[in-house]
This record gives sequence, C-alpha cells and structure tokens, in this order.
Amino acid sequence: MGTTRRGFVGGASALALLSGSSAAFAQKKYDEGASDSEIKIGNTNPYSGPASSYAAIAKTIDAYFKSINDSGGVNGRKIKFISLDDGYSPPKTVEMVRQLVEQDKIFALFQSLGTPCNTAIHKYMNQKKVPQLYVATGASKWGDPKNFPWTMGFQPDYHTEGVIYAKHILANIKDAKVGVLHQNDDYGRDYLDGFKEGLGKETDRIVKVVTFEATDPTVDSQIIQLKDSGANVFFNVSGPKAAAQGIRKAADIDWKPAHYLNNVSASVAAVMKPAGFDNAQGIITAAYIMDATDKQWDDNAEMKEWRAWMDKNMPSANKADANHIYGYAVAALMTETLKRCGDDLTRANLMKQAASFQKFRVPLLLPGITVSTSPTDYYPIQAVQLQRFKGETWQLFGDVMHAESS
Amino acid sequence: MPAFPKKWLWILLALAFLVPLLQPLLPDVVSNYRLFLVSTMIIAAIAVLGLNLLTGFNGQISLGHSAFYAVGAYTAAILMDKLDMPYYATLPIAAVMCFIVGYLFGLPALKLEGHYLALATFALALSVPQILKYKWLEDLTGGVQGIVLSKPDVPFGLPLNEDQWLYYYCLVVMVLLYWAAANILNSRSGRAMMAIRDQYMAADTMGIDTALYKTVTFGISAAYTGIAGALSASAIAFVAPDSFNFFLSIKFLIGLVVGGVGSLAGSVVGGIFYVLVDNSAQALSTFVKNDLGLQFDLSAYTVFGIILIVLMYLMPMGIVGGVYYLVRSMRSPGAKAREQAALKQRASS
Repeated sequence: MGTTRRGFVGGASALALLSGSSAAFAQKKYDEGASDSEIKIGNTNPYSGPASSYAAIAKTIDAYFKSINDSGGVNGRKIKFISLDDGYSPPKTVEMVRQLVEQDKIFALFQSLGTPCNTAIHKYMNQKKVPQLYVATGASKWGDPKNFPWTMGFQPDYHTEGVIYAKHILANIKDAKVGVLHQNDDYGRDYLDGFKEGLGKETDRIVKVVTFEATDPTVDSQIIQLKDSGANVFFNVSGPKAAAQGIRKAADIDWKPAHYLNNVSASVAAVMKPAGFDNAQGIITAAYIMDATDKQWDDNAEMKEWRAWMDKNMPSANKADANHIYGYAVAALMTETLKRCGDDLTRANLMKQAASFQKFRVPLLLPGITVSTSPTDYYPIQAVQLQRFKGETWQLFGDVMHAESS
Repeated sequence: MPAFPKKWLWILLALAFLVPLLQPLLPDVVSNYRLFLVSTMIIAAIAVLGLNLLTGFNGQISLGHSAFYAVGAYTAAILMDKLDMPYYATLPIAAVMCFIVGYLFGLPALKLEGHYLALATFALALSVPQILKYKWLEDLTGGVQGIVLSKPDVPFGLPLNEDQWLYYYCLVVMVLLYWAAANILNSRSGRAMMAIRDQYMAADTMGIDTALYKTVTFGISAAYTGIAGALSASAIAFVAPDSFNFFLSIKFLIGLVVGGVGSLAGSVVGGIFYVLVDNSAQALSTFVKNDLGLQFDLSAYTVFGIILIVLMYLMPMGIVGGVYYLVRSMRSPGAKAREQAALKQRASS
C-alpha cells in the first residue's frame, strides 16, 4: 500500500501535534488545584471564638494575595485564597480541611493556625500528600521531614528560642538561679525543654518552675512564689496578657531579676505599655521580625513599603498589631515559593521548592535573618537576635544567633 | 408530640443505606467528604438524642452534655491508644463509663431543679476540659496535646472505603440507639419518665420511684451522649480538651430545641441542623457579601443567630413539631374550609 501525500501530511501533523502536546506536558505539570489560570490555596483561621484576634493574619494574607493578583499574579496565574473559620477547635479544623482538600480541591494548605488544630490534621495531610505549608505555630514538631514530609513550619520554633536564652544566661550571668513561669501546655513545655537543653549539664540552675493555665485571670501568686524561691533570673513563658501582668506584679513586689521574656509577647503596644514602661526596663527577648511601633525602622525601605501597602490595601487595620507584619512576611515567602515552582505546579515540587531556600531574604525579618531550608531541615527561620527594652522601645544587641534544633 | 410514621421511617432508612452505594455512579454528589459530613451529623444526632431523653422526656435541663461527650471520646481514645483496643469494642465501655458518671452526677442533681440544675451542669461542662489537662492525668489524656488516633479500618475485606465504612458504622449505631430509645419510651419506665416531667408530685404520689428514675435517666442520657463522643473520636481521629468546650453543650441544646424537644425524630433533625448550619453559615455570609454585593460584613455566627431567631419565630415547637402541625392543618377539613373562605374574601375584595 502506497503512502498518499495527504495521508503522509495528516500523519506527520498528527505526530507534530502529539509531540507538541507532550512537550507542553514536559513544561507544564499540574496537580489538583493548579491550572494555567489559577492556584487554589486553602487556609483555616479562627475568625470566631477566643483566639479570633489571630484572624488578622489570614486577613493580611488575603489582602496580600489580592494585591499580587492585581499586579498580574504568580507566573501569570491568580492565587485563589480560600480561608475558612475553624474557631480554634480541632474537630472543626478536620471538617474544614477535609472540605478544602476534597471538595474545593486546593493545591496546598497554607498557614493553618494553632498547635492543636494543626496536630489534628497532621496525619491526614501527610496521608493525602497535600502540602501543609508554613503553619502558624511555633511548636517544634512541624520540622520532621522524615515522618511528615508534607508539613513545614515557619517561625523560629519555641524549642530553639529556649536554647538561645539558656546559652545567653550561662554566658552572661554568674551564679544564675532561674525561676521559670510557663503556660501549662505544649507551647510552654516546648520552651522549657529547649531551655533545659540549652543549659546542658547545668539544669540545676532552674530553682523553681511554676505554671498557669491560659484561662487563669492572673499570675500574681505564681510571681510571688518565684520571688520566694530566691531566683535572680526570670524566664517568662507567657502570652501577651499574662506577660504584662507578670511584669507589673514583679515590679510591685520589688523583685528585680534578670528578666527573659518569650518572643510571643514582645509587642510594645500589647505588653510593654500596659505593663508600664518603668517596670519593663531591661527585659530581654528574642526577635526575628520587625516591630511596627519601633521607631528605628521608620527609615527602613521594607517597613516603608509595608506601611504604604497597608495604607492602600488594609486602610482600616491597626498597624501596631504585629499580626499584620507576620501575615505580610509569610505571604511574601509563600508567593516566592510558588514563583519558584515555575510551570511545574505539582505538590511534590512545591515541597521541593519550599525545602530549597538558601539564605532567602523575606521582607520585614530583622536585618541579617534569612530563610534557609533543605530536605532535612524543615525549619525556615532559625535565627533570632536578642533585644533589650529601653525607654519605650526595643534595642537590638549582639549578633544574630543561629541554633540548630534537634 | 406524635411518633414518626413507620412507613416513612423505613423508606428513609432504606435510602440512608443505599445512597453511599451510588458513589461509583455519582462520584461528585456522593463524595467521601459528604459522607464524612453526614457521619458527623449522625454523631451529633445521637448526642442530641441523649440530651432529649433527659430534657425532652424527663424534664431535667442540662448544659453539661459536652462533659459526657468528652468522657466518652476520651474513654474510647485512651482504650485505643494505650490498650490497642479495636474501635468497636470501645463503644460499650464508653457507654458504661458515661452511664456511671451520669448516674453519679444525677444523685446530687436530685436536690437541684430548673435553673440550679442548669448551673450545676454548666459547672461540669466548664471543669471537664480543665480536668483533662490536669497533671496527674496527663500520661493518660496527653494533656493539652490530646491524643492522635487512626481512622477505623474497613473490616472483613468489604469493598468500601474508610468514609463509607465510617458512615455505615455510625448509621448502624444510631439505628440501634434510636430503636432502643423508642422502646424505652414506649415502656412502663418511659411513661414513668414522662410522668415525672409532666407532674412531678402526681408521679411521686402514684408510687413512681422518682429519685431512681431521675438518676437512671441521667445515666442513660449520659451514656447516649458518651457513645456519640466515642464515635466522634473514631471519626475525627483526634481528641483534645479544646474540642469539648462549653459551646459544644450549647450546640446540643440548639439541636434539641430546633429539632423538637420531646421528639425522637426531632433529635435527628436537630443533629443534622446544627452541623449543616454551622458549616454553611460562613458560606452564606460570604455569599451575602460577595455575590449579593451587600456591604454587610456578617460573621458566620451572626448568620447562624439570624437563622435561629427566624426558626424560633416560625416553628416554636422545633422543626418536627412545625412540620407536623403544618401537615395536620393542611389535612383537616376545617383548615381547608378556612383557606377557601380566605381565598373568596381575597377574590371579592
């Protein structure tokens, strides 16, 4: 049978078409939730309930992705951000996340908030092999790529921060006798574990550990107990409300230890001011992110850009709320991660890109702090700088410190 | 309130058993997620059923059923986690455990009535999450971190997936419990329970051991809710103290009142209602804002609240009661005549 010209042309063009499409396949790869025009990103946040003040983070992220979309999106694709309310209730998180993954068919989950909430979906996300990226909690368990390759944290973990305080105390304070106040949950215990690890052989430096419940009205009696223990160093692991109370009470009963405060409560507007600036002098904390109330950043280009962005995109928001800075920074990191995926928008590639940052600069992190990850290091930010409270603001001192968490 | 017609009950039951099998035909409509959602509705329905036995049929009010739910969930979780017990074996143990706790709580509750009982149970709901976090229990309960579990496996090599199996498992448990409740209520004991609700003094005078019935009802009610809790531990595969806050009790109460106080079918409707509205309230609020273009920034809970208020105005007897009276007034000839008269009047004016 001879080959007719038409047959040959037809065959050749079909072949060309086929090879063309296979070439396109090689260039553009998609998993569920990503397409030529759109990337669906899911999120859960407490818009209702006692933890609802955190929702400012998701609102900032939403505004950030909108502004990215308005300027053309990521590699020409718009980000569709679907954020659902879980009220900080783990079973609700499970329901909402299942809806996001199975019904809305998201490409990845991003910044789901809360340690118990993320714990409830940890296994599920990894079974489904859907990225659970840059979760909004500082527990150390999010950096476990061996067992949970689809989950990654963002901020310095509490454990690492605890190690850093302990090392600073050992290096700077002679005959330290440490009194510890911590919230009675995994957040508090993560800090304490890190702190003990940092002390190494000298864990007997800790003379007293007292705890409180997140729901306790005051921490007065705990502060009195710590003073009575004769401690000359105070390691204060408490949320904003309890931290302010603790600082004030210590001053009231004339207890003046070297005071180390966890970074969770470093907000000038929410903690230092209500505690009284006079009472807060000399407190040391670790920071990784700029504080919007801190005047030293007024001329910083990133801070200026952020202020302008806030004025344009979230005009009614309170700029003193650190959650807006946090949300902006983490959204910038997510956008960069998606950008680096290029046209290979598979979930595996997303995790690969998230795990291959080399000293990447995220806006609003402190100068000198960068994001570094690797297939075995799922802790994006692991450096902090100590700062001391002076006058009405924080003053950074010393070098940026890095700690490798176990 | 009348019992649900038997014919309809069988049709509904047959539908409930057949629908998941349509999954291969309609994969988008009968999705795994929807089956999971219906499973949570069934679990909620069982919990509301438990509360209904106490409040609806025995007249004792409780704001503390989240506590029994928590006890059931934790009993199941601890048994699965520490003793590697199969999930189905935990149900009876959780039920017994909750019965004991409920019975013991029912003893002092005998001295409390109305508002005072509401307050006492309120205190129970507040204290249980704190007790679960307590140091001495931490090894067992996992403290604030809770316990992570595995989802139930499909047994006997049945050709079902996890969510289908979970659905059938919950459904069978609910049908059994519903049947048991209907039988209890239809018996001498059930009539005694209701007599205590309607006329305490009269019941006492008739020789009903009111103290015994009240405490045992408390126990049975707690056992029902505890079974729901144990099921939820399997379904969610995670328990933590934060999951069992006081608001959960309020949700059960909402389900009870909306479905129909003193109606078994109402409990099921109530359970379905609160899961459904709780989930769609947020979707509704974004719909109002984005699609209708109204500038109201309604929170999901505002929407939830508005729906509740509207329902309470339209159907003060709950959904089941409302539907029943609607059907009855449509059927009765008097209503028809009245309707026609109204129509005539409208036509002439």
